[in-house]
Amino acid sequence: MAHDHPHDHDHDHSEIGPMDLRVRALETVLAQKGYIDPAALDALIDTYQTRIGPRNGARVVAKAWVDPAYRRWLLEDATAAIASLGYSGRQGEHMVVVENTPERHHMVVCTLCSCYPWPVLGLPPTWYKSAPYRSRAVRDPRGVLADFGVTLPAGTEIRVWDSTAEVRYLVLPMRPAGTEALGEEALAALVTRDSMIGTGLPRQP
Amino acid sequence: MSAYTTLADLGGEPGHGRVVPEPEGELWHAPWEARAMALTVAMGATGAWNIDMSRAARETLPAYRRLTYYEIWTHALVVLLKQRCMLADDELEAACARHPAPPVARVLKAADVAAAMARGSPTGRPASTAARFAVGDTVRLRPEVVDHHTRLPGYARGKRGTVRALHGAHVFADANAQGQGEQPCWLYTVSFDERELWGDSAAAQNLVVSIDAWEPYLEPA
Repeated sequence: MAHDHPHDHDHDHSEIGPMDLRVRALETVLAQKGYIDPAALDALIDTYQTRIGPRNGARVVAKAWVDPAYRRWLLEDATAAIASLGYSGRQGEHMVVVENTPERHHMVVCTLCSCYPWPVLGLPPTWYKSAPYRSRAVRDPRGVLADFGVTLPAGTEIRVWDSTAEVRYLVLPMRPAGTEALGEEALAALVTRDSMIGTGLPRQP
Repeated sequence: MSAYTTLADLGGEPGHGRVVPEPEGELWHAPWEARAMALTVAMGATGAWNIDMSRAARETLPAYRRLTYYEIWTHALVVLLKQRCMLADDELEAACARHPAPPVARVLKAADVAAAMARGSPTGRPASTAARFAVGDTVRLRPEVVDHHTRLPGYARGKRGTVRALHGAHVFADANAQGQGEQPCWLYTVSFDERELWGDSAAAQNLVVSIDAWEPYLEPA
């Protein structure tokens, strides 16, 4: 949807378009009616721009890579294990973590809308919400992976998790080879957002 | 012919082209998108509707397939407000409140944003019945098209799958979207072989697809 819409490709923000005007009018009326606190909107935007994003998930993954007890807890009770690092709440109330292995690769989608684990990954990227990803992930995941420049062996089973209820999924990617000497912080820097959705792999050191 | 038509049920639909990746951290494509996100979240916090009602409002927008993501959120927000007489077209045109404001249960204040986001809205509820199915059971997803919001994707309707996990009882989206209360039901993860979903002729991908399905979606197979 997003990608066949002409407005979406207008990266020149100097003009005030119809959506700017509509959203501004909406905010003004709703504030006048006492339904919203404009300062709360600022706080919400700041929250998802600066505090809640994929670096949270990267810390979860890095800890699971270095701490076997934490990894077991994460795979058994992801909601609690993730909350222990301070990440919880909206769109991550019921978490499940799925672990990639040499035999099995996981990928997460929401074919019906845009369900995504906000506390660990933040707001979803445009492609995650787009018709190409939502339509193809459950039918042609290898084709989708090719769009991301990823090729997996034919023998690797692909498991796709369609987030059709309020359970949210996070992929625990495989730790890259040659990272034995790295600490948690350096490991977290290798964990990309896409590797936690399953459309990418972690960076190599 | 069903009166309720969702335009959001995209799983398996051909013809949508390739996925265009995007760098991490690129959250908005215009400043109004951030505002639209925050407005939608803040209005959701008032309790004037629930998340299933907002999904229903979005997926039934006649222009759904032509709109960008935050256009969908904005237009659905207007629909939800107008349905409840919380907003009228003349107010939107004038950017000025002109009619009485029906009260809401809560207003999200800036100081409460962090706590409200960290709390979220869990949908798990105590189960009032024993689960009908167990891990390993073969089940068939209900084949019929329903005349209301549902979270059973079309590609899984009528298909045979295997129960992989039980998640306890959760607010039932179909009921909650229609204002019929939460009616909690057991929630299962059900997985499908790719041939069951897409037929033998589809190019084999070595693929297993799972959905999360409430008990009313399932029958023994």
